Amino acid sequence: MIHTRPSTDHSKPLTALLVAGAFGVVGLLIVVPLVNVFYEAFARGPGAWWEALVHDPDTRHAIWLSLTVAPVAVAINTLFGIAAAWLVARFRFPGRSLLISFFDVPFSVSPVVAGLALVLIFGRQGLLGPTLAWLDWKIIFAWPGLVLATTFVTLPLVVRELIPVMEAIGPEEELAAVSLGASGWQVFWRVTLPNIRWALLHGIVLANARAMGEFGAVYVVSGHIAGATDTMPLRVEKLFQEYRQPASMAVASVLAGLALVTLVAKFVIERRLEAESRDLAANRSQTDSLDHTKVEGAVA
Amino acid sequence: MIALADASAFAPGPPRAATPGPRTRRRHAAVLPGFGTTAAITSLVVLALIVFPLAVLVLRAASLGPAGFLAAAWTPRARAAYAVSLSASVIAAAMSSILGLLVAWVLARVSFPGRRILDALVDVPLALPTAVAGLVYSALYVKKGWLGQWLVPLGIQAAYSYLGIVLVLVFVSLPFAIRVVQPVIESLDRDTEEAARILGASRSQTFWRVVLPAILPAVVTGFALSLARALGEYGSVVFISGNMPFKTEIAPVLIVARLEEFAYAEATTVAVLLLAMSLALLVIVNTLQQRLARNAQ
Repeated sequence: MIHTRPSTDHSKPLTALLVAGAFGVVGLLIVVPLVNVFYEAFARGPGAWWEALVHDPDTRHAIWLSLTVAPVAVAINTLFGIAAAWLVARFRFPGRSLLISFFDVPFSVSPVVAGLALVLIFGRQGLLGPTLAWLDWKIIFAWPGLVLATTFVTLPLVVRELIPVMEAIGPEEELAAVSLGASGWQVFWRVTLPNIRWALLHGIVLANARAMGEFGAVYVVSGHIAGATDTMPLRVEKLFQEYRQPASMAVASVLAGLALVTLVAKFVIERRLEAESRDLAANRSQTDSLDHTKVEGAVA
Repeated sequence: MIALADASAFAPGPPRAATPGPRTRRRHAAVLPGFGTTAAITSLVVLALIVFPLAVLVLRAASLGPAGFLAAAWTPRARAAYAVSLSASVIAAAMSSILGLLVAWVLARVSFPGRRILDALVDVPLALPTAVAGLVYSALYVKKGWLGQWLVPLGIQAAYSYLGIVLVLVFVSLPFAIRVVQPVIESLDRDTEEAARILGASRSQTFWRVVLPAILPAVVTGFALSLARALGEYGSVVFISGNMPFKTEIAPVLIVARLEEFAYAEATTVAVLLLAMSLALLVIVNTLQQRLARNAQ
């Protein structure tokens, strides 16, 4: 982010009022709830907190399940994100902008609607229900359904990070590598990946946070069977419904801690990204005399 | 390209299912490798995970016929749920836009101790699982909660009420409203404002006549994004709304309730209406963002 010089035009009291207002909004809506999670979770001491997490086998299983679902969804997203960004940022073809707008669909579709759509395909009454029953495969109310639902809701996160960065970098280095005889994989591993590594990590961190925390889509496809298909957010809800508020808050505090770690990681990565885009801009202005527009024109 | 052909055969045929993937390869595409592979992976994932499920949903609803669709989608309970969903989302998106404008303005224009922390805190709702948000909001606003102990005696019931729905929807949509407007304010040309002031405009005239017209497209985009986010939200709302049919039941909650009763027709039709609204908003947001990008140039 570019931060402009602070204004001198504002009168002091008005500025102070506006700043106080902004702190009020963020404080009341964001900070107070965040502090409250940890306060409630640790209200009975760290011992009770630990016990709530570890001594309940269903909670233990939920933590384990979240740790196995999220990485798979993130891995699929990473693969898809790299492939889709390469396609969209390096080639021009009919239907390209339509394809890009499809990437955004999971952002705007309600997770519940997405979950329902998966149930209509893979559920017992669904389109592929009889086939799956015959094969004895379980997707809905089972691990694969959780992975599918999580992948759907996180799908735009990696590709959305990569496209602008790849477009800003441009294809010159890759074209140079190809012209020097590098294979596609060599270009990717030695040129593209080092260039996009921070953007990719940024996308992965965001996708992981969303995957660990996803509720709506997963709620619909999981059947919330305790000790079997409850992920951590679903466990939070179930404990809440069972009037076990302290245990619910304990699980919630783990998720909130994860969110804070994510934000710190995001902050660090964003500073790297800013530094790299500054370097890129500096290099650009130096090499502007080179006729790279011609190369770009050949690809674009 | 063979994989592509297979993938498109996989999708059923409503208008939205038209293959978005590339069909023609241009001559210069051969310069960089990987077109075929990445096109195959991308189309496979988009078709299998986005187009196919949503097409099945729409087809399933369409198979009821117009009369059957209406009967399932337009029940009194469903109508009440649409009203709650729409009104709460519009109010929340409007609040997010106004509060977001304040926060974005302060972050972009004023330098003060703690600015970086405030800036980082804005992203919390994006990273915090919605279930955690719903749980803690309901805990805060009940009679014994940190905020409820002051508000409930005043007659303000935020937990298990309509107000609670609006509050969590503001929480989940606030970052969208802020992050769209903030860069636009940062890039505003200060000279115009200074010129207005020198020419004798008051501070409020400068804001209403010079600043606001310039940032209005961004504010509207933020509003639309917030609205889309709020309309689809489920996780945080179930904790705080109490989910009373006809009163505090939102459309996504109704979908889940019907699904759990195995009332697939009703769940599907409500979902299709919700989907149509989300996609319409997506188109609006994309158009607005393209206009924003043009303005920036």
